[in-house]
Parts: sequence; C-alpha cells; structure tokens
Amino acid sequence: MSFPWAADYAPKHPLMRYLDEKLPLPRLVYNAVGAGYPVPRNLNYFWNFGVLAGVALVIQIITGIVLAMHYRADAGIAFNSVEHIMRDVNAGWFLRYTHATGASMFFIVLYTHIFRGLYYGSYKPPREVVWLLGVVIFLLTMATAFMGYVLPWGQMSFWGAQVITGFFSAIPLVGDGIRVWLLGGYAPDAAALNRFFSLHYLLPFVILGAVILHIWALHIPGSNNPTGVEVKGPQDTVPFHPYYTAKDGFGLGVFLIVFAALMFFAPNYLGHPDNYIAANPLSTPAHIVPEWYFLPFYAILKSFTSNFLWVPAKLWGVLAMFSSILLMFFLPWLDRSPVRSANYRPVYKWFFWVLVVDVLILGYCGGAHPSNKIVVISQLCTMYYFAHFLLILPLVSLLERPLPLPNSISESVLHGEAQEAAPYGVATAPVAAPAE
Amino acid sequence: MVRPIGVLVGLGFVAALLWSLLWTAIGWVNEPEPETAVEWVEQHRPEKPVSFSFDGPFGKYDRQQLQRGYQIYAEVCSACHSMHLVAFRDLESIGFSAAQVKAIAKSKDVPSLNPDTGEPATRKGLPSDYFPSPYPNEIAARAANNNALPPDQSLLAKAREGGPHYIYHLLTGYQDQPAELLKKFPDAKTPDGLHYNPYFPNLNLAMAPPLTDGQVTYAPGNPKATLDQEAKDVAAFLMWAAEPKLEQRHRTGWAALVFLLIGTGFAYFAYKGIWADKKSGKVVAPA
Amino acid sequence: MAQAPVETVEAMAQEPELRRRDFINIGAVAFAGVGAVAVVAPLVLQMAPSADVLAEATTEVDLSKIMPGQAIKAVYRKSPLFVRHLTPDEINKANAVPLGELRDPESLAQRTKPGKSEWLITMGVCTHLGCVPLGAGEGETRGEFGGYFCPCHGSTYDTAARIRKGPAPKNLQVPDYVFRTDTTIEVGAKA
Repeated sequence: MSFPWAADYAPKHPLMRYLDEKLPLPRLVYNAVGAGYPVPRNLNYFWNFGVLAGVALVIQIITGIVLAMHYRADAGIAFNSVEHIMRDVNAGWFLRYTHATGASMFFIVLYTHIFRGLYYGSYKPPREVVWLLGVVIFLLTMATAFMGYVLPWGQMSFWGAQVITGFFSAIPLVGDGIRVWLLGGYAPDAAALNRFFSLHYLLPFVILGAVILHIWALHIPGSNNPTGVEVKGPQDTVPFHPYYTAKDGFGLGVFLIVFAALMFFAPNYLGHPDNYIAANPLSTPAHIVPEWYFLPFYAILKSFTSNFLWVPAKLWGVLAMFSSILLMFFLPWLDRSPVRSANYRPVYKWFFWVLVVDVLILGYCGGAHPSNKIVVISQLCTMYYFAHFLLILPLVSLLERPLPLPNSISESVLHGEAQEAAPYGVATAPVAAPAE
Repeated sequence: MVRPIGVLVGLGFVAALLWSLLWTAIGWVNEPEPETAVEWVEQHRPEKPVSFSFDGPFGKYDRQQLQRGYQIYAEVCSACHSMHLVAFRDLESIGFSAAQVKAIAKSKDVPSLNPDTGEPATRKGLPSDYFPSPYPNEIAARAANNNALPPDQSLLAKAREGGPHYIYHLLTGYQDQPAELLKKFPDAKTPDGLHYNPYFPNLNLAMAPPLTDGQVTYAPGNPKATLDQEAKDVAAFLMWAAEPKLEQRHRTGWAALVFLLIGTGFAYFAYKGIWADKKSGKVVAPA
Repeated sequence: MAQAPVETVEAMAQEPELRRRDFINIGAVAFAGVGAVAVVAPLVLQMAPSADVLAEATTEVDLSKIMPGQAIKAVYRKSPLFVRHLTPDEINKANAVPLGELRDPESLAQRTKPGKSEWLITMGVCTHLGCVPLGAGEGETRGEFGGYFCPCHGSTYDTAARIRKGPAPKNLQVPDYVFRTDTTIEVGAKA
C-alpha cells in the first residue's frame, strides 16, 4: 500500500493460494505486517511502543472477558464478587491482578508512545489523521479505565466516580441535569455501576476499531523515523517481517518481564489501600486520588483555586483539564515547522524535555497532599503546560533555525549508527567507502 | 486560524492561573500552615522495624504462626470484628486438617432459620460457612461499641497503609499521651472513651488495647505469648486472611520471570541475528 | 573454476552461523509458543467450578417425619432430591420385576443401602432432558408403574424409580449418601 518496491504477496502453498483467492485476508496480513510492508530501517526502540499498546489492549480484553464471567455488577455484592474472584475462582487472583496491572502497563506504554510522537514530529503532515485517531484512542482509553476502576465498588471507586461525575455539574445551567442523567440517580449507585459495567465492556472494542483505523491511516504514508526524513527508496527500508517482527518480539519479552515483576511481586503498589474498603457513601476517605495515570490531569484540575472573570474556579479547573487533552487535536496546526524530528530542532528539543519534567512534576503534585507549596507548584507547572502547546510551540516553529537534515535515511545510517544523528555535511571523522 | 485562537486560549488559562497563583501566595504568606499534631507525632514516634516471613519477593507464610494468629482472632478479636470473606474451609491452607476444620466449624454458630416456624435462629457451622459476624448488622455493632464500627478484618491488612506492619505497630503502640504533645497541641487531648495511639492516623481511636502479655495461651512448642509475639502473630494471620494466595503468586512469579528471561534472551539473539546484515553499515545500492 | 571452491568454503563457513541462527530463531518461537499455551491454561481453568461451589455443603435430610408411602422434595447441589419412604407393597413390587425387562437393569437392593431398602433416595431430575418428574408431592400422579411420571415427554418410573416407559435412557440417579443415624442421612458424603 505504501511503497512501489513493496514485495507482492505470492503464496507458494496451494492452500494459502486457495484461501487468499476466496477472502484476501492472507494478503492483507502480508501487506500490513508481513514481508509486503516496507518500514524505515533506522527505527529505534521507541517505535516498539505502538505494538506494545496493541498487546496491552488484547491482554485487557481477554482477561476482562474472563473476569466478567465471575464479576457481579450489583452494588450490594460487586465488592464481594471481586473477592470471590481473588479467593475462590481457579486462578482468579492471577486474572484480577493481570487486569489491574495491565491497565497501568497500558498507560505506561501509551504515554511513551505519545511522547515519541511529540519528539519525532509523528503528528505532522502527512500523518495528521493518524495522530487525531490516536488522541481519540487516548480519550476512549481514559474513559474505559475510569469506568473500570469504579467496578470493584471500593471507597476510591465510589468517591472517584463521585468526583469525576461532579465535574459535569460545573457546566452552567445544564450541568447538574447532565450529571444526574449520567448517573441515573443523584449519587453513584446501582444504576451508575451497571451502566459503567456495560460501557466498560463495550468501549475496548470501540478502541479496537479505532486502533485498526489508526494503523490503516499510518500504512498509507508508512512509518515516520528518527530522522524525520521521508523514505526515498528501497535502500531506506526493510520489510516488516522478519526485521520488525523480530524486534517487536524482543520488545514484547522486555514488556512482559516488567509486567510480571510488577504483577507477581508488587500487585498493589500502584493501587490505593482505600479501595480494599467497601464503598461507603457516608464516609469520605482522607485523600481522594485517582489512579496514577490520571494524576497530572488531576493536578491541572486542582490548580485553579480562584474565580476569574466571572467564571468559577471549579469550572476553570474542569475546562482546563479537558482542554489539556483536547489541545492535542490541534497540534499538527499549532506546530508548523517543516522539520519533524527534535533531533534537528535544538530549541524545540529543549522545550520538549521541559514538558516531560513538567508533566512528571504535575503527576507528583496530583497525588500529594494539597499544601500551599504543592498548589503553587501545580499552578506554575500548569501554566507551563498550556504555554508550551499554545504559546511556545507556534513561536518556536516560526522562529527556530533547525539543524541541516541528512539527505536520506540510508545516508544517515551509512555514516555509522553512532553518527545517525549527525547530519550529512557536518564535519565528522572520515568513513571508509561501502564495500558494495 | 488555529494558532491565533490557540494563543488566546493559552493566554486565558495562563491569566486565570496567575490570578489563582496570586491569591494562593497571598494566603500562604498570611496564614502559613502550621505543623499539625499528626505531623508532630509522625516525626517523633519510634519506627521499630518489624519483619515478617512473608515480606519480600521470596516471602512465605509460617503456618505455625498463622495458626497462633487464628487462635488470637478466634479468642479475642472475633468478639467484635467480623471476617465475612473467610470461610472455615479456608483454614485448611494454614495447616489444619479437614477433620479439625469440621470441628472448628461445628463449634461456631451461624445464622439460620428455624425450619418449623421460619424465625431467625442459629445452627452449627459447616466448613462451607463463612466466619459468622459477632453482630447481626451495623447498627447493633455501633450500639455495642460507643457508635464506633469495628471494621471487618477480611481485607484489613491490604486496606491500611503499611498493612501488617501498621497492624503490629498499632497493637503494640498504645501509650500515654506524651506531655510535650499536649503542651504543643492542647486540642489533641484524648477525648473520653477514646485511646491514644501514635500509629493511628487520627491519634485517638475507639478500640481499647485488645492484647496484653499472656492474653492467650499458646500450645506447647510455640513461643511465649508476649504482647509483641501476639501482635506479630495476629498481624500475620490478618495478612493471610487478606491475601491467601500470596505463596502461589510468588511461586508462579518466579517461574514466569525465569521463563521470560530465557525467552527474551532467545528473542534478543534472534533479533540480532536477523538484523546482522543490515547493521554492518553497508547500504545496498538500488537495483 | 577457481571460484567454485572459494564459494563452497565461504558457504561452509556460514553454515554453523546459519545453523546457530536457526536454533536461536526456533528457540525464540518455541518459547513464545510454550508461553502462549501456559497462559491459555488459567483462562480455561477459571471456568471450572470455584472453591466455594466445590465446597458445596452436603445436604442433611431428617427422615424421622416421613411416613411409609410418603416422599419429600429436598434440594441437593441446587437440584431437586426425592426422598421416599417405600411401603412393603412398593418394595415387593420392585423386587418382582425381572432385571431383563429393564432398560437400565438395577435391583432395588443396588439402589438402596443394606438393611434400609425402604428408603429410596434419588435425584428429582428426569434422565431424558432434565424436567422434574411428578409423584413426590402430595396428590401428584405417579404414573402407571406407581413410581414417578415425567409430564414433559411421558417417561414413567416404577416404585424403585427405574425407567419403564418413555424416552428416558436411565433410572433416576441415586446420589452418594450416608446414614449418619437411623433417621438422618448426609447426601453428598461418601463415608
């Protein structure tokens, strides 16, 4: 689909020829992830994270379907049904801990994948739609994770649902009506739990559909690469199979090692002890915090402490929290620099790393006890976050002078892997002419 | 078009934040948050390290200890605390035989219905029954305990920061309020009916010290039942009650990690082998 | 012609290299395959009955109030249980049937405990397609053989709850049970 030198699917075995004739699925697989899909030869390990996100999704779906055979979404027995899974269902503890740890692994992989996109300019033309679909997937995953966390009906489940659905009441006029409609009541209760279960089961399949579109949209122009320079010819690419199937296999192994270490030896480390207490609408926990992957957004929400311009602080917080993700949709049009990779954009690169540190600090603040010091830090970091995307990036892309780019991918590879980032034309140690 | 609107939105949020920042800073300067009693206590209480056989990635339960812990639960704690997620049959995994479990269950009464009149009644427990609650419902529990609800203990070891370590410290931590604390924070004086404990997040809790030296008598072959030993044993038992599958989890975990490490090793060398010709710096000229 | 030996030597030098690579590749795929199977195991096993279901209480039944000619319906493992106190007439009728006539040959002695042949304990589930046969309750029809009658498709059981007429292939199932005293049984216990 992407490049003219892509190998054609030519099945040798008569069975494969027969199947392919009746339903060209073998051909589709061959052209998508087989030897028929040329990929830049210089991808680094940051390119593994897309596949890992897909694997994480499949793990969640499989363990989720199996857990749903035992979970009961009735507010009176949901908490006990999860403990039934942990204690009495064969391998139930394994399934539950896999699913809970899997959610965290999914977000670790997703965030790495997103930051890869930010650094290497994967959101730029011709891949804008890939990026937009990615933001949609991110939003759907956040919604799914939120609803999933409510299901065990622990203290954090209940109060997290209370807080998040409370956001909607910040909307003037219709806010509270929307909130009551969402919950099917005046507080999270049986109605809310049941519908969250239904939607939590549904959304991963919507995500799956969006992922298929995301990959399809990517395969039109083909993958980006660390130099950001487009593929010029067959010497710039290798077929996906076996080169990247092998690399992804190794990456999968490392991913599973981290997954196993976490789920078998520290399964509750990323969670909160309060969720092992059954939900009690009459008793608020000392600190209501969402799961770690929502903490930066929680910090952004809590930074707005004063009413401003006739808009209440609470509404500012909610608007800012949603905007912090929605602005991602506009990134391809905010940053118009023709140079993709931050390797060749020294000013952008510096701001990128400031953003990374900024988000990490926001994450810390989101989970910390809200003292004045923490609130001030959150406010400063939130300011930087919005300034970065809405003020700094457009300016930088207008005024920056990028480093000269390599002429092609293979030329950047040719000058030695250690010098992959050294652009052609910059004085380097002389390299022997290629043998062939 | 996007960029000018983006700039306006960005400036809007930044302005709102600056306004919030201003007022937060003013508030901070005017009323710096003083140290609270809880923070002072956290700084000054001793952090006696305690270790359990199940700590760490190689952790295992000590079945003798779990049985002693069960004895404490049955003789002391179960008077006020329910443990409704644990069934008598689960006790087989802490070393009791099926016959012993049957006997333990039979010695307890569980709620039932009178088969002739339909009135609430009790019957002898069966191994499949869950530990019965000391009170029929929350209202009765509160009425008997000065409006405090003794929490169910099935998950206590996972529902508290610090888990079994916290439980041990709490049970051994009852003491008189230090004079220095009362001087600095006169509001922290223990109200009537409560008990001071520096390990409790609110400093004063409704539960009176439940354990003392020699509260229970252990069978011969066990260590002496000092307060310290009892606290350790019951903390261990509560950990088992909360996480009965810990040992299987660790076993499976090591098997999985070893398998994955070897498998990933193979995957790594397979990857290197496949890429060998592409990584030598050579570039094949287009045909 | 001098080229040929060079090529062969080169090819031979590469051989162990390629064989090692093959071994590593096959090893990697083999580990992945074993891993996949190992993961499927818990996914399949989780559907098997959980510990609380397996620990299902055995059902104790008090026989003291059941008069000869009477039966009661109890519940055992969530299914209906028929506990019948046979009259001497019913016992004689059951013993008079030649085993060769039976679709599922079993004597009354084989279906009751030694010395307690007046107590017929069977599941109340028709062995055809699972309906609950009539005959245990007061006033219910007992079919032409005086035992039980299934209204769904007409399976008719005799006084020893053996299939005599109709589509059912087997006699009503006799579960494991043990007499704890002369008037109480524990169904589900083997000893």
